[in-house]
Amino acid sequence: MIDKYQSIKTIKGIFIHTFLMSVALTCLLPLLWMVRCSLMTNRAIFTDKSLIPHEIHFANYLEAWSKGNFGAYFLNSVIYTTCVVFGIVIISSLAAYAFSRLKFPGRNFFFYMFVAAMMIPLPGSFVPLFVLMNKLGLINTRFGYVLCMINVGLSMSILLLKTFFDKMPKDLEDAARIDGCGRLGIWWNVALPLARPAIAVIVIFNSLNVWNEYILAQLLLTNNSLMPLQRGIMHFAETNSVDYHLLMAGLTIAALPIVGIYLLMQKHIIKGLSSGAVVG
Amino acid sequence: MNAITKPKFLYSKGFDTFKNFLFTLPAVSIFTIFYILPFYFIFNLSMHEWNGISPTMTFVGLENFAELMGDEIWWKSMWNAAYITLIALTLQNMVAFALALACDRDIRMKKFYRVVFFIPPVLSEVVVGLIWRWILEAGKQGGEYYGLLNYYLHKIGLVSLVNDWLSDPETALSCIAVVHCWKGFGWGFIMLLAGLQTIDKQLYEAARVDGANSWQTFKNVTVPMMVPVILVVVILTVLGSMQVFVLVMSMVGQGLVYHTDVPVLRILSAMDGTKRFGYACAMGVNFGLILIMVSVFFKIISNRMKQA
Repeated sequence: MIDKYQSIKTIKGIFIHTFLMSVALTCLLPLLWMVRCSLMTNRAIFTDKSLIPHEIHFANYLEAWSKGNFGAYFLNSVIYTTCVVFGIVIISSLAAYAFSRLKFPGRNFFFYMFVAAMMIPLPGSFVPLFVLMNKLGLINTRFGYVLCMINVGLSMSILLLKTFFDKMPKDLEDAARIDGCGRLGIWWNVALPLARPAIAVIVIFNSLNVWNEYILAQLLLTNNSLMPLQRGIMHFAETNSVDYHLLMAGLTIAALPIVGIYLLMQKHIIKGLSSGAVVG
Repeated sequence: MNAITKPKFLYSKGFDTFKNFLFTLPAVSIFTIFYILPFYFIFNLSMHEWNGISPTMTFVGLENFAELMGDEIWWKSMWNAAYITLIALTLQNMVAFALALACDRDIRMKKFYRVVFFIPPVLSEVVVGLIWRWILEAGKQGGEYYGLLNYYLHKIGLVSLVNDWLSDPETALSCIAVVHCWKGFGWGFIMLLAGLQTIDKQLYEAARVDGANSWQTFKNVTVPMMVPVILVVVILTVLGSMQVFVLVMSMVGQGLVYHTDVPVLRILSAMDGTKRFGYACAMGVNFGLILIMVSVFFKIISNRMKQA
């Protein structure tokens, strides 16, 4: 009887693992294929079909890097991501702290305005945004793009931080107030450090979002020297459509850092995502 | 007393309240300029004919919307997006749910699976699209297909299935939909898994004590407890899939206009291509309203299910 139970369990286990493994392989194979192709010569790609290439050409990366001008794109993406994420954290935590703790007329109105913005999808908003930026003279400026992207992440971050601040005990703030801390001091010294878990979620979500953003970058930044990485790859793909080895090397360059950072921080990312999912 | 005395109003209650408001000022001003103003602009522009450059716009009332009603390509693109959404809702979410259920139990390598399933979602749509374009490539060199899929189809003898996947109007949209699912299922998986882990294990035990088999437990414990999470996943899937377009752009470009066009791409080409800003805004308003109606529809369903 026990043996039968055991064997059923084993068969079930094998079945489940086969399923999970096949999906995992479907996730990984395209990426391995990309890396594989990026290490071969263009001729070898068409003749050699083994998964591990016979000759390995790391020079492809150098060639793609210089030919696609990836250095500049990379730097741009890093600048945009850091500025936007930093801006979102400061601005949204200030606002969320006020919505949660400070009193002023219209507090609820402004808060629900941000919440409503999350509920109303505005799919064509890039058209009026482009018109507006044109009027303001912010087309082709880093500043304009960063401001637009801050706005994209603002609502969600404010909502997340406000729920967090609401649950935070008030005692610490009272203690700080007795010690002579002002509003700004309490926000900086008490609220922000305590909100670290929520801020981590915000940083993760928004970094991914800004790093992978495409449409606004295409419309607002037509100048080649201002383009972020995603635009750069697309541009590179359009101009190098026959050099598959270079294209794959370029894609690997673009994908590797984000996958690397993800693998390094996956524990925090998945924890943050799960908690964010339960809140949402 | 100091030599310089501050004006009296700085100590008043009203100024104190104003200082409270100042905390939200950066957020409110950015929001006003980059959300509310465009919101007004999109409605305003949708009632004008404007090429984006000329200093004058002509007011045309609701003509853009009337034209939109008869715009066959627009509705076709809407249908294409709905098709992608339908596949994402069924294929992607079912796979995600099955994976989440499998990972919720005590199995080995749980962590490995969890990490791997979330790799596609962290990649950008541009990268994903370009990788898959290369895999689905149909070209031949020296008598052999060099696209991965066609090469293996040919090799294992399924020659009849070899296809020019992304240029064939019959298959292009389905390919895009499947790649979209490949990229997106990790989100659903993580959220559903998080939901499953919040279910009280005592409920399962109680069901087992009452003699329920695993299917009955699933039907009567897991599913009812998961309804709120499932609905969040469904709404996010619908909103995300309807607005897909970078993937389409990187996989097929604007080559197969009619067969793979999606609404956002239409808006973009009305604005960037034909320079009809008013028409593009009308499309945006129309599409936005449809999306709101769809999410309200799901909200109503969810409320019904909660009551039941």
